[in-house]
Amino acid sequence: MKVLVGVKRVVDYNVKVRVRADGTGVETTNVKMSMNPFDEIAVEEAIRMKEAGTADEIVAVSMGVRQCQETIRTALAMGADRGIHVMTDEELQPLAVAKLFKALVERESPGLVILGKQAIDDDSNQTGQMLAALLGWPQGTFASDIVLTGEGAEVTREVDGGLETVGLAVPAVVTTDLRLNEPRYASLPNIMKAKKKPIDQIAVDELGIDVAPRLETLKVEDPPGRAGGKRVADVEELVDKLRNEAGVI
Amino acid sequence: MASLVIAAHDGAALDPATLNAATAAAAFGGDIDVLVAGGGTAPVAGQAAKIAGVARVRHADDAAYDHLLAEAVAPLVVALAGAYSEILFPANTTGKNLAPRVAALLDVAQISDITEVVSADTFVRPIYAGNAMATVRSRDAIKVITVRGTAFAAAALDGDAAIEPVSAGEGQALSKFLRQELSKSERPELTSARVVVSGGRGMQSSENFHLVEQIADRLGAAVGASRAAVDAGYRPNDFQVGQTGKVVAPELYVAVGISGAIQHLAGMKDSKVIVAINKDEEAPMVQIADYGLVDDLFKALPALAEALDKAGIKPR
Ligand SMILES: Cc1cc2nc3c(=O)[nH]c(=O)nc-3n(C[C@H](O)[C@H](O)[C@H](O)COP(=O)(O)OP(=O)(O)OC[C@H]3O[C@@H](n4cnc5c(N)ncnc54)[C@H](O)[C@@H]3O)c2cc1C
Ligand SMILES: Nc1ncnc2c1ncn2[C@@H]1O[C@H](COP(=O)(O)O)[C@@H](O)[C@H]1O
Repeated sequence: MKVLVGVKRVVDYNVKVRVRADGTGVETTNVKMSMNPFDEIAVEEAIRMKEAGTADEIVAVSMGVRQCQETIRTALAMGADRGIHVMTDEELQPLAVAKLFKALVERESPGLVILGKQAIDDDSNQTGQMLAALLGWPQGTFASDIVLTGEGAEVTREVDGGLETVGLAVPAVVTTDLRLNEPRYASLPNIMKAKKKPIDQIAVDELGIDVAPRLETLKVEDPPGRAGGKRVADVEELVDKLRNEAGVI
Repeated sequence: MASLVIAAHDGAALDPATLNAATAAAAFGGDIDVLVAGGGTAPVAGQAAKIAGVARVRHADDAAYDHLLAEAVAPLVVALAGAYSEILFPANTTGKNLAPRVAALLDVAQISDITEVVSADTFVRPIYAGNAMATVRSRDAIKVITVRGTAFAAAALDGDAAIEPVSAGEGQALSKFLRQELSKSERPELTSARVVVSGGRGMQSSENFHLVEQIADRLGAAVGASRAAVDAGYRPNDFQVGQTGKVVAPELYVAVGISGAIQHLAGMKDSKVIVAINKDEEAPMVQIADYGLVDDLFKALPALAEALDKAGIKPR
């Protein structure tokens, strides 16, 4: 089985982003970029499937600017076999990404597509579900466990009340949650080997899909701030303040 | 035109997050319908009919929609969509699973986690873990929206809407529900609790969480956790508060042994009053807290339980 994984290039999760003074977005120049953490989990899961003999090829896909190639290289160094870079300098929103993924699925015919549950920049949590809809495939979102059975896949999902397990026909789309696995670090020899692994580059126009954004960002602002920073000396003062100053207990 | 709210429920009771989505729907000023889907869900439809401002409950009483599996329910929503200018889902795991599938089938963008309806086509939503707020305008004819519950009050339950049955063609049987493992708790539900007490990595073990629970019992609070505490197995996944867990905004949030990473703050920084109990005065949580108690939690929590008792705030 071939597995397609999404690897989005995002602002590193440790960076405290700053809103640009002109309100058009957040500052991304000279900011550390990394693979979306949920996508590291997706890559790791695919590698484990390959190690278990249930997957035979892992294709890492990233869409966006030229530097997405670095994100693909990271996936290749972790253990993916090859990469596809869908190149564009334009903004790609989840519906467009899902349509592009659908075009790639039609070319590659994977048995499973694993995406992150959420990109930590736009916080959309949409692409996997949209791709499943467009393909008419089942979806196992927010996965904390994936078991491949003879007939399909059993996916345990992190839901509001706890855990839910669904049985899916395959091919299917699965999106990763935090507890699915702990992604490995790439070893130095594997980083060297990854340099020789192939990355196909496809210009977005070649796929013949309208990727124009449907949502227009009018402005981006700072969230409301908090005063904060007051100290209490002991638990007695805390109880007193909560009761008589804040009035919350 | 009218708005359609998709009810979240567990087959027996309406998920209160639906009430916040109904309030967001009211901002559009049109009629509001609610869809209740699932076999044997007459009691849920009955509860939905009481939501203030709702015109009609559209009730798809069919086992094909049990557990609100997205593969089955999305085509039903799409079949009804033509009559609506917006379709709203609570931004809980039910809504997040279902809404994008509906949006893609309708070929429209989905607007995630809105915190404000500026006008019929313009919305505010957090991005980058709530470190920025984006105002976005949708160009699509139908707006498919998930609603952040903490940003909209719960609608009242004094309405009396008509309940009308609906059905749609066969859905796709692409997935099936196998089993669930739900956390049982006598405590209030995390996202709607008035007080939340959360523990982090500083708790050191699952057993030590009883110290947090002692405080929660006295305050009638829900218990939450940081990702680190969940990853370490101190508490199950559904306790996680944050960017990629649950978003809460109680009147009082007590963070115990939680450093205050941006991913955690994203889930609780809109709480009215924040208390941090942490031995590190440099911890970001202490910096943003309204009341920071810099102390060892293993000393502070038992002392706090005692101080609450003395103040007449006893376990409930
Ligand atoms: C993709 C992604 C998504 C994430 N999503 C979330 C999310 O939704 N929610 C979330 O919470 N995190 C999330 N995180 C993780 C986040 O970055 C932090 O790692 C996490 O919040 C840290 O948890 P913590 O504060 O419990 O642990 P730590 O950062 O280790 O802090 C422990 C704190 O306890 C204090 N402490 C220790 N011992 C004591 C003691 N005896 N008495 C008093 N204080 C003590 C320490 O001083 C410290 O401040 C996410 C991370 C990533 C990469
Ligand atoms: N530009 C992209 N390139 C590759 N994968 C992407 C891209 N955008 C989104 N994805 C995938 O979709 C997931 C969810 O993203 P989102 O719906 O934007 O929150 C991510 O974790 C990725 O796996």
